[in-house]
Amino acid sequence: MKIAFTTSGDQLSSPLDSRFGRAPKFLVYDLEAETFSVIDNQQNLNAAQGAGIQSATTVAQSGAQALVTGHCGPKAFQVLRSAGVKVYNCDAPTVTEALQRYLSGKLPEAESSNVEGHWV
Amino acid sequence: MILAVASGKGGTGKTTIAVNLARTLGSPVQVADCDVEEPNAHLFLPGTLREQHIISTMVPEIDAAKCDCCGECGRFCQYHAIAAVKPVPMVFAELCHGCGGCVLVCPKQAVSEAERRIGVVETVDAGDITLVQGRLDVGVSLVPPLIRAVKSRLAADRPAILDAPPGTSCSVVATLRGAQYVLLVTEPTPFGLHDLTLAVDLVRELKLPFGVVVNRAGSGDDRGQAYCREQGIPILAEIPDDRRIAEAYSRGELMVDALPDYRTVFTRLWQSIRTGI
Repeated sequence: MKIAFTTSGDQLSSPLDSRFGRAPKFLVYDLEAETFSVIDNQQNLNAAQGAGIQSATTVAQSGAQALVTGHCGPKAFQVLRSAGVKVYNCDAPTVTEALQRYLSGKLPEAESSNVEGHWV
Repeated sequence: MILAVASGKGGTGKTTIAVNLARTLGSPVQVADCDVEEPNAHLFLPGTLREQHIISTMVPEIDAAKCDCCGECGRFCQYHAIAAVKPVPMVFAELCHGCGGCVLVCPKQAVSEAERRIGVVETVDAGDITLVQGRLDVGVSLVPPLIRAVKSRLAADRPAILDAPPGTSCSVVATLRGAQYVLLVTEPTPFGLHDLTLAVDLVRELKLPFGVVVNRAGSGDDRGQAYCREQGIPILAEIPDDRRIAEAYSRGELMVDALPDYRTVFTRLWQSIRTGI
């Protein structure tokens, strides 16, 4: 199973980014292989609208079945839920610590978005 | 003739100038309230509602039976209105700009279009003045199509005054396109001057002839006038900061009706506009 994390860096030691839609990068960690890949989200960082929707699509297409991030808005959450990606809100400082919290089972699965949308 | 009244900054007096110009013309004229997010010209032009038309844009609908979720529609959409996720792509109609590209790029012909209401266009008869106004529905953010619908209801056989929304964004561009002359209304405040310079940049970009009206002249400084002199921009009229104008406005009365002294300001303004065109 793969888990996506929002981050501003390229390493497991990189900071966990609290933003989802406009996170600079997604680190996708493979639990079985214990390897990871990084997806650049730079283009979306400057999107006029729909950043959350596009980021959710990117994460779903990466094959991740779970997302660990700071905040997730309503449209992104809707897309993730529809695509079967579980969302976990987390305030850990780094991806490593967020991964540890996920593995320890301490992160409750989000039942809804935890921030307001920016449009409409 | 099509004249547009714009400003940059909000609340400088676009509608005041537009409706008083209309009243002063003395022959049949149209006022188009293109500030469809908060139309207010009707407050000064009471009349009889003649027509009301519902305006819609086209948004995609996806046939799940035909769709194999290849993702072409989502990749094409620059506004991220389609999330191409499995099992079925999701459509966010409120983000759609109605270009129809998703229909064209779908290799399975799974995307069709349906109407989504965005607002209404109303035509009101108010004596010699015909008011055409757009009213955007609450919760809708797509403004330019409604402005274009307002303009499409204007008759070609009589002059039209377009009352633009404030700012310098898409909605103002949609209003100004096709205008023969633009009046930029400003006020003698730092904000008024700042936003006037943005509006000047915009009308220059659109290559439209324009002039400035200074409203509430004397209430601040004269930096706006100095800027116009430096830039070679004609100041076509100055409306003084007169409490009686504000009182008439607060009662929904036209300045030229309540204070006939001001009629000459507007008749002269018409002359200057005709010269400018």
